[in-house]
Amino acid sequence: MSADHAPSSGMRLTLNIWRQSGPADAGRMETYHLDGISPDMSFLEMLDVLNVRLEREGREPVAFDHDCREGICGSCGVMIDGNAHGPEAETATCQLHMRSFADGAALTIEPFRAKGFPVLKDLVLDRSAFDRIIAAGGFISANTGCAVDANSTPVAKSDAELSMDAAQCIGCGACVAACPNAAAMLFVGAKIAHLGLLPQGQPERSKRVLAMARQMEAEGFGSCSNYYECEAACPKAISVENIARLNRDYLRAGLTTRD
Amino acid sequence: MSSQSTAPTAAQNATLDSKCPQGPIQDRWDRHRFQTKLVNPANKRRFHVLVVGTGLAGASAAATLAELGYRVSVFCIHESPRRAHSIAAQGGINAAKNYPNDGDSIWRLFYDTIKGGDYRARESNVYRLAQISNHIIDQCVAQGVPFAREYGGLLSNRSFGGAQVSRTFYARGQTGQQLLLGAYQALMRQVGEKKIQLYSRREMLDVVVADGVARGIVCRELGSGKIESFAGDAVLLATGGYGNVFYLSTNAKLSNATAAWRAHRRGAFFANPCFTQIHPTCIPVSGSHQSKLTLMSESLRNDGRVWVPQKRDDDRPPAAIPAAERDYFLERKYPSFGNLVPRDVASRNAKQVCDEGRGVGSSKMSVYLDFGDAIARDGAPKIAEKYGNLFQMYQRITAEDPYHSPMRIYPAVHYTMGGLWVDYNLESTIPGLFVLGEANFSDHGANRLGASALMQGLADGYFVIPATLGSHLAGRKLPPVSTAHPAFAAAEQDVQQRVERLLSINGKRGADDFHRELGLIVWNYCGMARNAKGLDLALGKVGALREEFWHNLRVLGSAQELNQSLERAGRVADFLELAELMIVDARHREESCGGHFREEYQTEDGEARRNDAQFAYAAAWQHTAPGADKGGQPSWSLHKEPLNFEFVSLSQRSYQ
Repeated sequence: MSADHAPSSGMRLTLNIWRQSGPADAGRMETYHLDGISPDMSFLEMLDVLNVRLEREGREPVAFDHDCREGICGSCGVMIDGNAHGPEAETATCQLHMRSFADGAALTIEPFRAKGFPVLKDLVLDRSAFDRIIAAGGFISANTGCAVDANSTPVAKSDAELSMDAAQCIGCGACVAACPNAAAMLFVGAKIAHLGLLPQGQPERSKRVLAMARQMEAEGFGSCSNYYECEAACPKAISVENIARLNRDYLRAGLTTRD
Repeated sequence: MSSQSTAPTAAQNATLDSKCPQGPIQDRWDRHRFQTKLVNPANKRRFHVLVVGTGLAGASAAATLAELGYRVSVFCIHESPRRAHSIAAQGGINAAKNYPNDGDSIWRLFYDTIKGGDYRARESNVYRLAQISNHIIDQCVAQGVPFAREYGGLLSNRSFGGAQVSRTFYARGQTGQQLLLGAYQALMRQVGEKKIQLYSRREMLDVVVADGVARGIVCRELGSGKIESFAGDAVLLATGGYGNVFYLSTNAKLSNATAAWRAHRRGAFFANPCFTQIHPTCIPVSGSHQSKLTLMSESLRNDGRVWVPQKRDDDRPPAAIPAAERDYFLERKYPSFGNLVPRDVASRNAKQVCDEGRGVGSSKMSVYLDFGDAIARDGAPKIAEKYGNLFQMYQRITAEDPYHSPMRIYPAVHYTMGGLWVDYNLESTIPGLFVLGEANFSDHGANRLGASALMQGLADGYFVIPATLGSHLAGRKLPPVSTAHPAFAAAEQDVQQRVERLLSINGKRGADDFHRELGLIVWNYCGMARNAKGLDLALGKVGALREEFWHNLRVLGSAQELNQSLERAGRVADFLELAELMIVDARHREESCGGHFREEYQTEDGEARRNDAQFAYAAAWQHTAPGADKGGQPSWSLHKEPLNFEFVSLSQRSYQ
């Protein structure tokens, strides 16, 4: 269906949404009914419609994180009927359109749940644990001004492509939410691969993996036991091969590091 | 608008010293850096710099200043600095490396940028930008940005609008993401080393000016609603542009003008607000529910051909229209640049053919961007390699497959060239307040070329501000300051009162509702084409809407919690004033240039007609009613910074 076709008369939906007034509140599910929803609306635009109605009725709108609404900032992300980012593959919540759901559907909408991601309000999370993992080692130390000419560091095209595949991670946390162990190893593995596949990333390779893994554990994330739910939920289709790279680098670093 | 004076006094004009160095343009940046006072390395840790915003400009500035030894505090509105809107930039970043050996040079990048901006940018700034461009690519590669490569392992380039050389470096269609992650990782390294204090989910609601110098900011912690003050020795605003004044734009939903507007109200002049960029290749509006528009990278114009049917109201599907009955209007009108004309030209021509009734799609407000020929020539896999993620994004949104039928595109608001006025040091008219990236007005004139925003953001952050900040920190006497200074209490009180006011109106309309209406007014009268009559009408409409806002706004919830409705209300309140200034600026500039197209001033073939004798200046507006923050009438006086063209001669832009 496209915008070129006549607009449908609208979908009817039942929404069961997690409401939690603040970090200390226990939270509960609440049910709302919506109709007149266009299949061309994005999922977040459907929530906008709900919020406009709630405001008009003098009830507090549902808080949810969102920003770019084109699948790149990683702000949005909810569990829809138990799936992180909903039913479509390689699709962030903001890119999901209502045409993916049946008219009359009942949808359960909850925040991503993990010990490392406390809920701030309704569907809004604190994912700053990811920032702390990057701060621990997810970088190449290259102070501004000290760089050599860009073409003096050739990178095999195949390595650059693999690195870019991993670097596409948007840091949304769907991998954690989808994992029965709430592991963050796809997120960490993606960064290890992005930097470790490039020549510029070699000097700090061992130090990086040890520091990031240590911080990952300190934040309360679990360990991978090969469910591969993370890859299935990832809006950027980041491969679990990157978890294997993480494990290899971690093992190698543990055996060889001089730090 | 009430008392607009177009004849500033000499004393007022004296404050508009661009501080541009003189002499040969190639030597100016070197000479300026040599003449700028240095901060002794041991003294750097005594200075505390507040950086607001963590997009390319803010993150690169914060990381670099911390590397140099300054104490840095960083504030971002997002949950994480990595989510700033630079992340969404797609196509690429320009540099004058001349790796393809196709005749590029620093001089050519400088020339193309001045010309692309329709001769309304400062030569000294633009030349510096072109010089720095090459260092940016080096720095980003060193950080591990995975740019596209050729098989030999060297960097790949592609072409963008407004240039006849290939100088754009890219990482698939996610160049902004990769550059931002590079800067974010550099920033987080300094956070890990405790050289940067990071404050996320903070919205800056005021700048604190103590004894005439910017010495701090007031923020709202968005989780708890707590109002907090921070004191420092310099304030850097890297808070992005104001494209969301239009409501529908390609900007992210949180992108807003409040930080810049609050600074404007404290004395920072706002320059060229009417210079806004409408990007030609966006996915058309599909319905009234629409919350934002999605850009399709300009790089698509490398291989996609733009066309509409020759006949009006031709309802045949695109495949049924033979080549002879198609109008490839950009190729026809601009044979030497073809589909790669600058953005303003491409957008205006798309609007023109739609206004003629030749638009396509159910709304008739779109044109085709057709990859049929490119796919026949190179094969679908080659096209997928270049644009796969963009095609996928298009398909996801429209449920149409661009491999088999042409995309439909229409222009949408994308970028704002105007912004807070800054001198060559990037310092605003408030001493100690520096403005970086899209938030300032400095480098793109009346139209920005594609792949130049990323270049400017990173130039400002990695290379310009680290060198020019010394002019302030070492060049002025800065007495110690803390949040105990009375200016902080006063600013905090202003912020509190404003928040309470928004909550207490208790009317009937939500902030978004006002925002949509405002956006439509600005789009209709101050969008791709403007005229005096429409602008006068718009001025009245915006004034009336602002009046209603302050009497009929409804914000639920309280100030002491996460309250997204309250956040939006404050931003819309500022957009309501900014829109008025845009219209005032567009009304006063009686010429057409770049993205500012006044219908009264066009050539016979419909191109922009500048008036260099009267308007070769940057228009810097001073807010003259700083007390009118409670819904009263804002007013401005105009200051002109003359633009001198010593190295590029002014001429009618031609892309034919």
